[in-house]
Amino acid sequence: MQSFGLIHVEFLAWAALWTVGLSLIAFVGGGLLGFAVALARVSGSLAVRAAAIVYIQIVQGTPLLILLFLIYFGVAVAGFSGVPAILAAGAGLTVYSSGFLAEIWRGCIQSVPKTQWEAAECLALTRWQRMTRVILPQALRMATAPTVGFLVQIVKNTSLASVVGFVELSQAGKLINNSIFEPFTIFVTVALFYFALCFPLSTWSRSLERKLNVSRR
Amino acid sequence: MSSTLSSPLSPVVSLSNVHKSFGALKVLDGVSFDVGVGEVAAIIGQSGSGKSTALRCINALETIQQGTIQVCGHAIHDPALDRRALRRDVGIVFQSYNLFPHLTVEQNIMLAPTCVKALSKGEARDLAREVLSHVGLEAKADQYPEQLSGGQQQRVAIARSLAMRPKLMLFDEVTSALDPQLTGEVLKVMETLAREGMTMILVTHEMAFARKVASKVVYMHQGRVWETGTGAMLDDPQTPELRAFIGNGL
Ligand SMILES: Nc1ncnc2c1ncn2[C@@H]1O[C@H](COP(=O)(O)OP(=O)(O)OP(=O)(O)O)[C@@H](O)[C@H]1O
Ligand SMILES: [Mg+2]
Repeated sequence: MQSFGLIHVEFLAWAALWTVGLSLIAFVGGGLLGFAVALARVSGSLAVRAAAIVYIQIVQGTPLLILLFLIYFGVAVAGFSGVPAILAAGAGLTVYSSGFLAEIWRGCIQSVPKTQWEAAECLALTRWQRMTRVILPQALRMATAPTVGFLVQIVKNTSLASVVGFVELSQAGKLINNSIFEPFTIFVTVALFYFALCFPLSTWSRSLERKLNVSRR
Repeated sequence: MSSTLSSPLSPVVSLSNVHKSFGALKVLDGVSFDVGVGEVAAIIGQSGSGKSTALRCINALETIQQGTIQVCGHAIHDPALDRRALRRDVGIVFQSYNLFPHLTVEQNIMLAPTCVKALSKGEARDLAREVLSHVGLEAKADQYPEQLSGGQQQRVAIARSLAMRPKLMLFDEVTSALDPQLTGEVLKVMETLAREGMTMILVTHEMAFARKVASKVVYMHQGRVWETGTGAMLDDPQTPELRAFIGNGL
């Protein structure tokens, strides 16, 4: 039995790339879907608003692990067997991220003072123009720090993708451990990889927040 | 309802028996008054008497429960009211300026003309310069609102409204947040507008200004028009309530 060495670190580094890739899919997919849900959440139509609330509640109330199972096995039940793990994991994380990003962004949109809506309305702007030209640019400034902060959650939560057979950082750690059984060394190394991914993000998020507090513009 | 209010003698604004409640709180209790073309109407009264609410009803920011309001030919009480068409005719300036903080002064002014009237960037910029010179702030075009004093911000807010070429301007205590010197510069702008023939309705606590500039004074008390007349009414109040109000106010 060989012991923990460079080859394992290489394997972990390669798996870390998959973690990054999966995080990006979740962030882009979840961002697009979440943005649409956030807009629906502040829509003028009660029905659309209610639908968005229900969606957010369901997503936030379901453990990510169950979401992943539901999508993985749900698709199989629907007759498409052998879904690639990356698709199942990507879809699960996209849905998960959309529920949380929608709620973060709704908060930012609603924290723009009502008087800004009113001023824009009194200038005869359409609802869409009010949203895109007046409200969203201001909400965006407030949204950057918590959004980057949430990226950290996404990165860490990709570790659950192993349940649908996706080999990312954590799963790679498990695989190595199955063959050489040095759990402490292996998982400390895995943790260091996660730290290397997440630390820059949380530092960036904090500096964005500080900047925002200095200049409200 | 498309009544023809275009004859020069018919009023620009006409409220008739307007009732408005917030839940159980009755705020407007049968308010009626007219404002003619080129007139400057000052609404005065104690805090809570319904002045702001009346102004907001005129601009359809609040819905009324009873009565009729005609503004520049728009029937405000009509559920089918075209709000955007109304807002093209009516400008409003608030006590808290409500400039868009992420846009420069010039961009604040250019936004509505480009979005709503489909002016080109160049045309809108010329327009912005023109209205800014009207309020004496050409030099501030590229600044952000937070870089301006309160008085300057309020003049920008007026300029932003003027850029839509409204037929009627509404002002809700636009100087209440300003110290006396800055108040003066904003009132000067409003006086110029009045002299140029703009139809205006202003809610104000500035009695001297109302006396000097207003062609009509509406004194509101407990949600009703208690007394109305010309600026001279302030020197010769008919009701004890107005007498008491002026006594406190001056
Ligand atoms: N959106 C609202 N919801 C509930 N009550 C309101 C609302 N807006 C105003 N009111 C109430 O209506 C009454 C009249 O308010 P309004 O703002 O019209 O008074 P005002 O004459 O403008 O007073 P001020 O001089 O203090 O500005 C007040 O009692 C106020 O609390
Ligand atoms: Mg008021």
